[in-house]
Amino acid sequence: MSKELLDKKDIERAITRMAHEIIEKNKGTRSICLIGIQQGGVHLANRLSLKLKEIEGSSIPVGILDIALYRDDLNVRKEQPVVRRTQVPCEMNDRRVVLVDDVLFTGRSIRAAMDAIMDLGRPSTIQLAVLVDRGHRELPIKADFVGKNIPTAMNETVIVQLAEDGVEDRVVLE
Amino acid sequence: MNLRSKDLISIKDLSAEEIGHILETASGFKDVLGRDIKKVPALRGKTTVNLFYEPSTRTRTSFEVAAKRLSTDVINIATSTSSVVKGETLLDTAKTVLALGADIVVIRHGCSGTPHFLAKNIDASVVNAGDGTNEHPTQALLDLFTMKENKGGIKGLEVAIVGDILHSRVAKSNIYALTKLGAKVRLIGPPTLVPDCLKDLGVGVYSDMNTGLEAVDVIMMLRIQLERQGKGFFPSTHEYFRNWGLTAARVARAKKDVIIMHPGPMNRGIEIASEVADSNRSVILDQVTNGIAVRMAVLYLVSGVKG
Repeated sequence: MSKELLDKKDIERAITRMAHEIIEKNKGTRSICLIGIQQGGVHLANRLSLKLKEIEGSSIPVGILDIALYRDDLNVRKEQPVVRRTQVPCEMNDRRVVLVDDVLFTGRSIRAAMDAIMDLGRPSTIQLAVLVDRGHRELPIKADFVGKNIPTAMNETVIVQLAEDGVEDRVVLE
Repeated sequence: MNLRSKDLISIKDLSAEEIGHILETASGFKDVLGRDIKKVPALRGKTTVNLFYEPSTRTRTSFEVAAKRLSTDVINIATSTSSVVKGETLLDTAKTVLALGADIVVIRHGCSGTPHFLAKNIDASVVNAGDGTNEHPTQALLDLFTMKENKGGIKGLEVAIVGDILHSRVAKSNIYALTKLGAKVRLIGPPTLVPDCLKDLGVGVYSDMNTGLEAVDVIMMLRIQLERQGKGFFPSTHEYFRNWGLTAARVARAKKDVIIMHPGPMNRGIEIASEVADSNRSVILDQVTNGIAVRMAVLYLVSGVKG
């Protein structure tokens, strides 16, 4: 059983609105760096940066952050998470970092991501942009920019599919 | 993906896929080594014990740095200053170490097969840091990582390993790993140290440097263990250098973009000329850095397999 929550147009609109909100909140794009969390946030960070450039005209650096080594469940999991690359193109010190992820759920990935960022430097602020907020937070974490709030049950799964992975843009609830 | 075993005892036990997974994981860890804060919390609260029954600076330090970068606590036990000299058996030492709370035991021992014996008898993960003349798996993994980094891949590479193959655990682990991943291996050295029967491992055997080095992508030199001198394997170190030492003229036989490797410590002027060791084709110091990343990957991956 699956239900489509967002289609290609909806995603496009959500990203456009989030880009405007990011600019509004930061009064421009100066010293902003977008950091996509592996793997779901990487493509979204790229799309947001293109959109920001379209609106404001200047290029925004985009980084990739792998949080495997900062997870809080390494001792409990049956399998070690795959370690992927972290590539951050600029100094983190005094940056306005916008973390980007596809789905915000328990908030544990974001906690790990913030620790990982702090080990790279001392940004002036960290903000959070997510395409979908599905609720059920287990930590005191809140997104600054949300594409869509979607109430879900614990046993449901939210799947974000993006064209960069060779499939049609859509968000599905299963 | 997980490794199949809680231990890393030999390359022979690993599948090509597992080797690939270790190398992939290591490249994630190499990023960490380039940062200001060269430490991640992945193995916080775990304890690694380095149990070294043979002298080692390089490998032990490399494992120690790797373990610390992963936030594990590290205990070094050099057996020359421990109760081993009072006659304690290997298993008793290991059990004592476990009682101290070790999660991972890194062992080097002069007898082949010791890590295997230990792994069968204790619950902690065991990592082989060199056993007798058998294997030195993490050295081979870091060598492959360095080759992959420089050449883009392993498959199809022509790799020459030069020197005392007979007594070298580094060479054996490399032969197993390289052939598993589809590289072509040539062994070069005096017939006393590179016997013809090694052909059974699926490699070429050469006694002449100039023929052996023809058009290779990688030259891996091995240390001539000076304690072998005077045992009849080769007449003198001087003569060894004349026949099998790596000189610039011999390097010229290989491909233009050849890389030169050495597991260290080097004997300059015996197996390798200084000008070659310090040339821009040499990746010997990269091997040291890569060793830390690869050992981090190994410690991280074995600790994910519950015993």
